[in-house]
Amino acid sequence: MSILVIAEHDNAELKGATLNTIAAAKAMGGDIDVLVAGAGCGAVGEAAAKIEGVNKVLVADNAAYEHQLAENVAKLVADLGKDYSHILAPATTTGKNMLPRVAALLDVQPISDIIAVESADTFKRPIYAGNVIATVQSSDAIKVITVRTTAFDAVPAEGGSAAVESVDIADDAGVSSFVGEELAVSDRPELTSARVVISGGRGMQNGDNFEMLYKLADKLGAAVGASRAAVDAGFVPNDMQVGQTGKIVAPDLYIAVGISGAIQHLAGMKDSKVIVAINKDEEAPIFSVADYGLVADLFEAVPELETKL
Amino acid sequence: MKVLVAVKRVVDYNVKVRPKADGSDVDTANVKMSINPFCEIAVEEAVRLKEKGVVSEIVAVSMGPKQCQEQIRTALALGADRGILVETDAELQPLAVAKCLKALVDKEEPQMVIMGKQSIDGDNNQTGQMLGALTGMGQGTFASEVTVEGESVKVTREIDGGLQTVELKLPAIVTTDLRLNEPRYASLPNIMKAKKKPLDTTNPEELGVDITPRTKTLKVEPPAERQAGVKVADVAELVEKLKNEAKVI
Ligand SMILES: Cc1cc2nc3c(=O)[nH]c(=O)nc-3n(C[C@H](O)[C@H](O)[C@H](O)COP(=O)(O)OP(=O)(O)OC[C@H]3O[C@@H](n4cnc5c(N)ncnc54)[C@H](O)[C@@H]3O)c2cc1C
Ligand SMILES: Cc1cc2nc3c(=O)[nH]c(=O)nc-3n(C[C@H](O)[C@H](O)[C@H](O)COP(=O)(O)OP(=O)(O)OC[C@H]3O[C@@H](n4cnc5c(N)ncnc54)[C@H](O)[C@@H]3O)c2cc1C
Repeated sequence: MSILVIAEHDNAELKGATLNTIAAAKAMGGDIDVLVAGAGCGAVGEAAAKIEGVNKVLVADNAAYEHQLAENVAKLVADLGKDYSHILAPATTTGKNMLPRVAALLDVQPISDIIAVESADTFKRPIYAGNVIATVQSSDAIKVITVRTTAFDAVPAEGGSAAVESVDIADDAGVSSFVGEELAVSDRPELTSARVVISGGRGMQNGDNFEMLYKLADKLGAAVGASRAAVDAGFVPNDMQVGQTGKIVAPDLYIAVGISGAIQHLAGMKDSKVIVAINKDEEAPIFSVADYGLVADLFEAVPELETKL
Repeated sequence: MKVLVAVKRVVDYNVKVRPKADGSDVDTANVKMSINPFCEIAVEEAVRLKEKGVVSEIVAVSMGPKQCQEQIRTALALGADRGILVETDAELQPLAVAKCLKALVDKEEPQMVIMGKQSIDGDNNQTGQMLGALTGMGQGTFASEVTVEGESVKVTREIDGGLQTVELKLPAIVTTDLRLNEPRYASLPNIMKAKKKPLDTTNPEELGVDITPRTKTLKVEPPAERQAGVKVADVAELVEKLKNEAKVI
């Protein structure tokens, strides 16, 4: 058995999601190789070689892979992946975009968003917004899998000394090109790996009121998220959405402010260790998953909380 | 140009589904079924492109049992021109769905295929990307904006860090995210008109597609339930509990 893990990175830095994905690979057993596909991504390859438990790092450094265009990277991964028993990527938007394309090129039915490894061919994954957990067994020769990063503890980023090999394949499918991107810049921790997350919902009323949450977040070293209603209303950008169709988070502490607790929202946060809900409606469904519920007007409670911390 | 839109029949998003007691399957007896919300957004986008004069014909496709006709009719009422049902009572996995769609793409030769980024039952988020691989087309997944410009389409995508825009050569595949548009409601006259629009039926065998499942669901179970917590009286008590009981701050 041998496993190919696709590294998550931005050409400059290896992202933490890679470490959680390698943890899932370890649970399957076998040699673990890591592929870094990008442009000018040598430093990422070096970082990947230091990860504990990695056998070999493959670096495909080519302009065609600079922006992780699925059409190009999928071809490369399918080419290299033929020799492996498993191909894994984190269930980030990059992994979700690319890996099913790899699977279809290999005539494999992929398995999305696994949360547990039962054996080398059997995995658990949530369906129906996490209301049901399915145990799924694959009969394909190659298992193509995305990993829910919050379900696996990261392996140490240091301690390994894998060999780095460069891969000389330049797959440009020629059907897509990168135009531009608008990335959110924030000094706060990343939503999916933060220890504390504070999310605001429709109850926040507007984008300016999110300032309150940012202030509180800075005191706690927290990331700030939102419900779909808050994103749809334009209070905050889309990358802050937590839920079934947004980001999945599982911090030590999740504070839901002015969020009712729809199942689609719960799907993204109910695996948090401790949940706090602040809502003025004592019947709000969020209280049924909250360890600590505070029935209060958020416009009084949040500033008070900030001063008391 | 012609657009193919995939619409999936799923358990309505308001229904909280549960596994059957024996863990063999999900209990979907007598629950309300609807068009997958992301597919509804796909139909709406196609209709808007038609209203702008970019699109000339919209073909709505669904795969599954006979009852999927209801979801195709919904798409027709929203503005699609005709429907195709690929009928089967067998379990369909995304690879099989993508293969059926590929066969229809070969036949219909659309310039664009618009589908949901994910369905709210399987939550797989796979089918569009797989169709991309099988057809060789570019894929604009998780789209929040779609602009057709001559021989190509610009798609703005919702990604983890923010937004990314890519340009794809036509024909291409687009999968919809929540903020692409807000679907309209079908008017009564349009629902009536939809009943008269053509709806063809075919099946995987006729399309020459092998739909044999590649994965097997061994069991389904409810997730670990959270213990219901306590209500605190005020902010002071909350801070005290977080510090001394939960020890998270
Ligand atoms: C296909 C699909 C996918 C979806 N995906 C997601 C997803 O990924 N993430 C997600 O979050 N949602 C998702 N949703 C939407 C979801 O169903 C809910 O509509 C949404 O989560 C509601 O957001 P909310 O709780 O902020 O708003 P509301 O339900 O309107 O709740 C607002 C809450 O704020 C409280 N409040 C108001 N004012 C105050 C105040 N002054 N002080 C204290 N409390 C106050 C109210 O009591 C209320 O409980 C999805 C829906 C669909 C159909
Ligand atoms: C108890 C149970 C067990 C199951 N077991 C398995 C299993 O072992 N393996 C497995 O893969 N699946 C299994 N399924 C089915 C699975 O949950 C999905 O419904 C199915 O695989 C399709 O995936 P998806 O809809 O999540 O695809 P997605 O990729 O999330 O769908 C994206 C888009 O593709 C289009 N699309 C998808 N399907 C159709 C369709 N039929 N008609 C028209 N358009 C469509 C739509 O536009 C949709 O928005 C099981 C379901 C249940 C309830």
